[in-house]
Amino acid sequence: MPVEVKLPQLGETVYEATVGRWLKRPGDRVERFEPLVELVTEKVNVEMPAPFGGRLVEILVPEGQTIPAGTPIALMEAAEPVTEPAPAEGRSAEERSLRLSPLVARLAREHGISLEELERVPGTGAGGRITKHDLLRHLEERRTPTPLETAPGKGEREDRLVPLDPVRRTIAERLSRSVREIPHAYALVEADVTDLVRYYERSREEFERRYGVRLTYTAFFLRAAVEGLRAYPVVNAQWTEEGILLRGRVHIGVAVSTEGGLRVPVIRDADEKSLVGIVRDLDRLVRRAREGQLSLEEVQGGTFTLTNPGVFGSIWSMPIIHHPQAAILVTDAITKRPVVRGEGIAIRSIMHLGLAFDHRIFDGEVAVRFLNRVKECLEAVEPVTR
Amino acid sequence: MPELRYLDALNRAHHEEMARDERVVVLGEDVGAKGGVFGVTAGLLDRFGEERVIDTPLAESAIVGCAIGMAVNGLRPIAEIQFADFLHPAFDQIVSEAARMRYRSNGAFGCPLVIRVPYGGAHGTALYHSQCVEAFYAHVPGLKVVVPSTPYDAKGMLKAAVRDPDPVLFLEHKRLYRTVRGEVPEEDYEVPIGPAVVRRPGRHLSVFTYGWMLHETLRAAEMVRPEGIEVEVVELRTLRPLDKVTVLRSVAKTNKALVVYEDNRFCGYGAEIAALIAEEAFEDLDGPVMRLGGPDVPAVPFARSLEEAWMPDADRIAQAIRRLARY
Repeated sequence: MPVEVKLPQLGETVYEATVGRWLKRPGDRVERFEPLVELVTEKVNVEMPAPFGGRLVEILVPEGQTIPAGTPIALMEAAEPVTEPAPAEGRSAEERSLRLSPLVARLAREHGISLEELERVPGTGAGGRITKHDLLRHLEERRTPTPLETAPGKGEREDRLVPLDPVRRTIAERLSRSVREIPHAYALVEADVTDLVRYYERSREEFERRYGVRLTYTAFFLRAAVEGLRAYPVVNAQWTEEGILLRGRVHIGVAVSTEGGLRVPVIRDADEKSLVGIVRDLDRLVRRAREGQLSLEEVQGGTFTLTNPGVFGSIWSMPIIHHPQAAILVTDAITKRPVVRGEGIAIRSIMHLGLAFDHRIFDGEVAVRFLNRVKECLEAVEPVTR
Repeated sequence: MPELRYLDALNRAHHEEMARDERVVVLGEDVGAKGGVFGVTAGLLDRFGEERVIDTPLAESAIVGCAIGMAVNGLRPIAEIQFADFLHPAFDQIVSEAARMRYRSNGAFGCPLVIRVPYGGAHGTALYHSQCVEAFYAHVPGLKVVVPSTPYDAKGMLKAAVRDPDPVLFLEHKRLYRTVRGEVPEEDYEVPIGPAVVRRPGRHLSVFTYGWMLHETLRAAEMVRPEGIEVEVVELRTLRPLDKVTVLRSVAKTNKALVVYEDNRFCGYGAEIAALIAEEAFEDLDGPVMRLGGPDVPAVPFARSLEEAWMPDADRIAQAIRRLARY
């Protein structure tokens, strides 16, 4: 008898996925754990392994369709009898609360209400079911304009609701959680990177010729961050109720802006890598991020994060920590500024280095010392003035 | 406008139609000298004579068979079957002959026949005088099946049935005869076969019903009104052809549907309404389509207490309404 193969929940905060390419056709024999279908989530693309061996009978969800976790996506005939694992307890509760009547499902679809938003609608029906009345009241509340919005509109300049896509929703959730749970504090230092800029300008062409990848400032920032983390291991940590967990390895996430939203691929064991190694990793990860090709492994397990809004021109940013890490280093734009050197005024390339940190884990002094270590590294780049 | 009992309204319709059209004849058991077992045909024999008002033997198959012959040969017979329970011997005549006449003759013959049938459970009428037969006949293409529930509709629909070019099964719930009164115009009018009617508008849920259950449902709707439940009551009136538009429009408005019928729940006529709603109004539904029908026992029991336990009533309908409203 055919058994339903359901979309697994691919991560703690991953509620849905888009079905990508089917790797098997109906009628195909499938070994257990053999890749069955590609799944695209807000974070990554993964190949879903067959839960058991047998034959693919029918594909229930075509390519390109986005569906919630738990939705049957295919029918498979087992080679040997299978027993379906009992669903996790939390899941069944979730499913119960989200059992929608056809009308409520239709209204939600018509008004662009996501499953996530539906979960927040209080249900007054039997067993907490969301009734028509509940949904209409929610729509009414959602529509109630603030006083500012009631100002007379002109022509086409009306408010427009853009429904949340999975990426935006995940970003929103992570950041809200971080702000909610982590008492953020900030420290900021100024670095004179004139020598670094000169070095970069002079050596980048040769670097690219020799190694085949493009040198970026971000690679220098990462190298400097590694030095900071080496000196102050408590910055490479995470808060737990049992104590401060010092992370043994240094995996640095790098925020990458893509068309699909913010991605944070992770450079593994950054402290074991040379500048060239880091440049290579970065080049590969950024390219994969922009192509939407990141795997789950490539975005997981970061112990510290670097964000570089300087590329957009920001000169002073206050980032939100990538939960549950202890801190995030922010590197702002390099700008030429008049600064006092000795008794005179010089035109130098200056940038801000900022650290947002979990004040539960360490205090401002450590934060500033860490930043100063990073600053030293950046300022000590071999001057190539000749 | 005079207020008439249901049976008086039917009697008026007979008199008026027989006076209007001399092709109209009445036949059945005790319809002449006695004026019908319930008095619906009272006065017809004296006024129109025994050529047109014919007392027949106790032979339902013969009554309907003769009526079919009359209809095919140009008359407009109204056949009265004393109780729906005795309609079964005529099943073959109705289903295999009357209903198929137009189809079988490729449109050459119609069968303009009205079969009037008192049906349903009344006080103490027990096994042989209480059956609901609508589901058997509503199943048959070529037949029209109507169930008027008010004196106004009784007169208007009987006229429409007499004037219809095809066979009409005209079901009269026995409890309606002497208990329901209403204004009935003295002039000629028709209530067309087909359209259902919203008897009571409401916004929380719709109840679809017909026959005596309409009156129980209206009482139930009144019972739950103080609880803040506004029930829309839709009377189907014509079971075949069904007015789908009115049914679906009401579901689109209230988003919940309960079907109430007196017949055994299983395979009863209400199942068709439930299926229609499930198929064509699925995305309008904010709750399961529910049915309240009679229990699946072979017949209405004779003992008063058991009859009451058997018969769906306003209390039970109100309970079902509350359950659906809460969903």
